[in-house]
Amino acid sequence: MSAEKEPLFSGKNLKLLTEPLNDSNPITVQVLGVCSALAVTVKLKPAFVMALSVVVVMAVSNVVISLLRKTVPPRIRIIVQLVVIAAMVILVDQVLKAFLFDISKQLSVFVGLIITNCIIMGRLEAFALSNKPWQSFLDGIGNAAGYGVILLIVAFFRELLGSGTIWGYKVIPESVYDFGYENNGLMILPPMALIVVGAIIWIQRAKNKKLVESN
Amino acid sequence: MKSLRRYLDKIKPHFEKGGKLEKLESTFEAFESFMFVPDKVTTKGTHIRDANDMKRTMAIVVLAVVPTVLFGMWNVGYQHFMATGQEGTLFELFWLGFLKVFPIIVVSYVVGLGIEFAFAQYRGHEVNEGFLVSGILIPLILPVDTPLWMVAVATAFAVIIGKEVFGGTGMNILNPALTARAFLFFAYPSYMSGNAVWTHGMMNGEGIIDSYTGATPLAEAAAGKIDNLPSVIEMFFGTIPGSIGETSTLAILIGAAILLFTGMASARIMISTFIGGLVMGLLLNVFAVNPFMEIPAWHHLLLGGFAFGAVFMATDPVSAAQTPKGKIIYGFLIGLFAILIRVINPAYPEGVMLAILLMNVFAPLIDHYVIEGNIKKRLKRAKT
Repeated sequence: MSAEKEPLFSGKNLKLLTEPLNDSNPITVQVLGVCSALAVTVKLKPAFVMALSVVVVMAVSNVVISLLRKTVPPRIRIIVQLVVIAAMVILVDQVLKAFLFDISKQLSVFVGLIITNCIIMGRLEAFALSNKPWQSFLDGIGNAAGYGVILLIVAFFRELLGSGTIWGYKVIPESVYDFGYENNGLMILPPMALIVVGAIIWIQRAKNKKLVESN
Repeated sequence: MKSLRRYLDKIKPHFEKGGKLEKLESTFEAFESFMFVPDKVTTKGTHIRDANDMKRTMAIVVLAVVPTVLFGMWNVGYQHFMATGQEGTLFELFWLGFLKVFPIIVVSYVVGLGIEFAFAQYRGHEVNEGFLVSGILIPLILPVDTPLWMVAVATAFAVIIGKEVFGGTGMNILNPALTARAFLFFAYPSYMSGNAVWTHGMMNGEGIIDSYTGATPLAEAAAGKIDNLPSVIEMFFGTIPGSIGETSTLAILIGAAILLFTGMASARIMISTFIGGLVMGLLLNVFAVNPFMEIPAWHHLLLGGFAFGAVFMATDPVSAAQTPKGKIIYGFLIGLFAILIRVINPAYPEGVMLAILLMNVFAPLIDHYVIEGNIKKRLKRAKT
């Protein structure tokens, strides 16, 4: 090994982890993986489990593809990536079914649909195929976390305003309902998730001038 | 008047650039042009101008809405007294309606204008008159017992998500008033549909006589009880339960006459919407399989919010199609879809709101193809 070996958490590596949280967030900046963000964010708990599953799938498949990157023939790389992702997703699905059956039932097909989540495929193509395993691992965690953070924010507002609960616990007291307060039914419908994501993009761009294109 | 002018001139320097209140410039500007004629003149380029400006446009539309507001207030009282089996004088009916409707109007204006002023201030824009019309239209398309906080939330949603996100007045894709109603319709369905919401006092059910159901004619028709439909005269004058301002076709026609006479609204859109509704009604008559599909086509134009939507909502110059041919297609399809949703889809007793919002989204596409078609036609002519 040469003397110029990087430390594990050098500035460059740390950036792989933090950049997807804001400047290149998969959902709000690259606008990938939006469909699952709309589908699983009615309640906080399923959204959290979903985010966790994506973190696991993404980190492991990034590492595996990175290890295989020199042996996979370019022509069949997509199908190889799919096999790796699918294997991971089935594993995660089985674990959820075994230990968190209720939530697994709520998430229904959306765990299986992680296979088609464009963020995962995109990171494998764009990053893992041309980088070392450790960097790929960090990149996978970072992007999945960027996805998860948005999922949790959206789910927080949808659950609070749509059902009056957080993590399944009632937080809006009964006396407020007696005054005539009502849960917002629109929050439970998917269009409102799109609007909440839109609002997050709006706020993020107002704060982060780097993201505003000049035209 | 003169002293007000002098006072405004005296405090004006504070609001100009460098003054101590320059942050509030657009608020000052808004009040000044509200009281007096705006003193802005165009300095560059050639412009065709007439005496009409946004202030005058908005004022005339508000004037055109006044008959429906007044009738709506009376009808609120009338329905309530009918439901409780009481007798009342004209003034008593009107006063009860006024007490119920006026707070909704105030809330809608205060919330909407508050947000508009805040955005204009923050962005350094001028405050413009865009909300004056939406602010009166929102109360008119709501049931009378809508809680005031819901009106406030819906107005805020419509102004922020429906309008300011796209850049403010003149940039919105959807009609703001209908956005507010659609929000309430999907967010709080128990306050926006059913039989009890249309008459004041029916939600808590006190003192309501048994024979009064409160069902709107469309709800009756959708349930197949065609015999319960009111007579044509009642539908035309509007002494039926419904949203505050939409029941009286007569009052709406007065408004339409004002709009058309002053040239504020597009006659193309209005007429083609009515024709679209009529055509769909006739089509349904031909293929009728249930009693609702058999009612005379022209009755559809009197029922529900159809006339109100066609006159005040579809003609919104911002969200409608802009080309002359496009306006005809746009209006026709609104009429078509409104009646189609109303009769065929059991989940929505009334389809005008959804039809107009749907066509708002398609308006730019219609314009695009009308313009493309025109270019093609001219190219052809140039070649021969």
